[in-house]
Amino acid sequence: MGGNEDRVAGTAPWNDPEARPYVELVRVSKSFGDFKAVDDVSLKIYRGEIFCLLGASGCGKTTLLRMLGGFETPSTGRILIDGVDVTDVPPYERPVNMMFQSYALFPHFNVEQNVAFGLKQDRVPKAEIRERVAAMLDLVKLGDYAKRRVSQLSGGQRQRVALARALVKQPKLLLLDEPLGALDKKLREHTQFELIGLQEKLGVTFLVVTHDQEEAMTLASRIAVMDHGEIVQAGTPAEIYEFPVSRFVADFIGSVNIFEGQLIEDEPEYVRIASEEFGGTIFVNHGISSPPGAAVWAAVRPEKIGMTLAPPAGTDNVARGVVEEIAYLGDQSIYLVRLPGGKRVRVTQPNVSRHAESIGRDQEVHLSFDPSSPVVLTR
Amino acid sequence: MRLPARALVVALPYLWLLLFFAVPFLIVLKISLSDVELAIPPYKPLLTWTAQHVLQIRLDLQNYGFLFTDHLYIDAFLNSIRVALVSTVICLLIGYPMAYGIARARAKTRNVLLLLVVLPFWTSQLLRVYAWIGLFKANGVINAILLHLGLIRAPLTMLFTPFAMYVGIVYSYLPFVILPLYANLEKMDWQLVEAALDLGCRPWQAFLKVTLPLSRNGILAASMLVFIPAVGEYVIPTLLGGPNALMIGRILWDEFFANRDWPVASAVAIVMLLLLVPFMMWYQRLQAREAGAGS
Repeated sequence: MGGNEDRVAGTAPWNDPEARPYVELVRVSKSFGDFKAVDDVSLKIYRGEIFCLLGASGCGKTTLLRMLGGFETPSTGRILIDGVDVTDVPPYERPVNMMFQSYALFPHFNVEQNVAFGLKQDRVPKAEIRERVAAMLDLVKLGDYAKRRVSQLSGGQRQRVALARALVKQPKLLLLDEPLGALDKKLREHTQFELIGLQEKLGVTFLVVTHDQEEAMTLASRIAVMDHGEIVQAGTPAEIYEFPVSRFVADFIGSVNIFEGQLIEDEPEYVRIASEEFGGTIFVNHGISSPPGAAVWAAVRPEKIGMTLAPPAGTDNVARGVVEEIAYLGDQSIYLVRLPGGKRVRVTQPNVSRHAESIGRDQEVHLSFDPSSPVVLTR
Repeated sequence: MRLPARALVVALPYLWLLLFFAVPFLIVLKISLSDVELAIPPYKPLLTWTAQHVLQIRLDLQNYGFLFTDHLYIDAFLNSIRVALVSTVICLLIGYPMAYGIARARAKTRNVLLLLVVLPFWTSQLLRVYAWIGLFKANGVINAILLHLGLIRAPLTMLFTPFAMYVGIVYSYLPFVILPLYANLEKMDWQLVEAALDLGCRPWQAFLKVTLPLSRNGILAASMLVFIPAVGEYVIPTLLGGPNALMIGRILWDEFFANRDWPVASAVAIVMLLLLVPFMMWYQRLQAREAGAGS
């Protein structure tokens, strides 16, 4: 499948049943009173991964992170790191460090003292502390800022101090809580790649919590999508994008057009769906296992839908509509096309040519997509 | 002209301070430079017209000299400072954990606890100090309980001891420690403590390295709020400390009412004020810095 997962030592250890997980959550749950924040989560994370927990606020991802950091104790279940059960180990004895969302830098120390804090705590010899702190500050490009007070730093610099402070202890697992959340868009993109470079250089396993699907897609070797305290789907970014298991996941990652319909033909090689919303039949060239007549949903990504003025050949996977809205984004344009049944379809087209304004508002267009494009969802 | 209205608003507090602080202060200063006389008021006027129609000003600095020659006054000053210092330390040791507890309590519990801290203010302080007499005296509540339990055979002498005085002062000033400390700790970013734990601190180490240094301003503010009034405390040492509690407030009272030596009493008051001015200025600076850091 290519992409981010190549970064992990060896390729795709999660596909190898022999591979030993580095961090393992075994049926972990956490309740606060009647509220189940985390519900029976099992997870295996391998050495050198950047694993992302992705979900909306309140989905339980932060609670899961805090349990790995030792700030919350699971109600049930076990947590193992490098084969050692750390479920009841307090945060100060775990081989884990955390980069807090607010960065939590000590305001009464300067940059150097902040980074040295954890090493001093471990009674590392003074000369070694000086060396390691200097090396780490150089690595995050803050070598010239060692004596600055935290209040004199910009947001991006603070983020890097927080990262240096957590990494200098050489943890087995680094927890990052919305690591780029407080940065502006331009800086965020830049920092994403810096973060990946740093992780590759140091080989530390990262667990990132984020609500930003784009951030998760860029950073992660694998993503776990969370909802209501459960992991709905875990897989590589490409797996999650191309083969979502439910409407929730399909909708959460990127944008998607979902057409409700009934299964009318279900063969091992293909399925055919009659969809009133789509105004026709949808032909998909891979099979699913559901009884005919069952309600299913076909999900098609906006970039996988073709849009033409002339009617395309064939009768499956084609629809006619009127362009209602156009958003010009520079590299691409987003079209909202209204089908006769009232359904609005989102279509994106790359702006390959400079002057191509062939399709305008209120224009009648034909939509079509390949039989391999839709994903059939049963929930 | 919009200026007068604005000037009036600014002038009002100044006028207030002038009338009720500066003028009385100058009167006391004037009396402290005068001499005792059997008259009403019992001191010689500063300005007199002589027979030759000359305006004569007599400034007698002897009252101040007298304060430093008689051991009574120096001892009283030193003792007052010692009592105030010890009380401040005890107040902090008791008040800090309470303020910490309140700051870390849940929002609902927090309001109840704060109410409990302020509740004693609804009764007069004098009454509350008298209540301690009822507890401490030979046939008081505490002795009765201890006797009844058989822990002691004869009543303990508690009233009119330094112990009773410290209990009274600490009890009275504790809210003044808890409230500023609470205000400080309530603003604390507890994620910093979590960060310290994450970096290898045990909870007590995190407290010493993060919480305590970051609440420094609250501790200093609380200390000043106890120390400054405790130096001049009169009621509690008199009612609970007994005749041997040599505090400067007592001396002031005795000079003024028992000796009717207004000039010396005024000199005592002025010296006490000068003694406290550095602390007050320090406290002011601190407050300004705290306000500056908060914004």
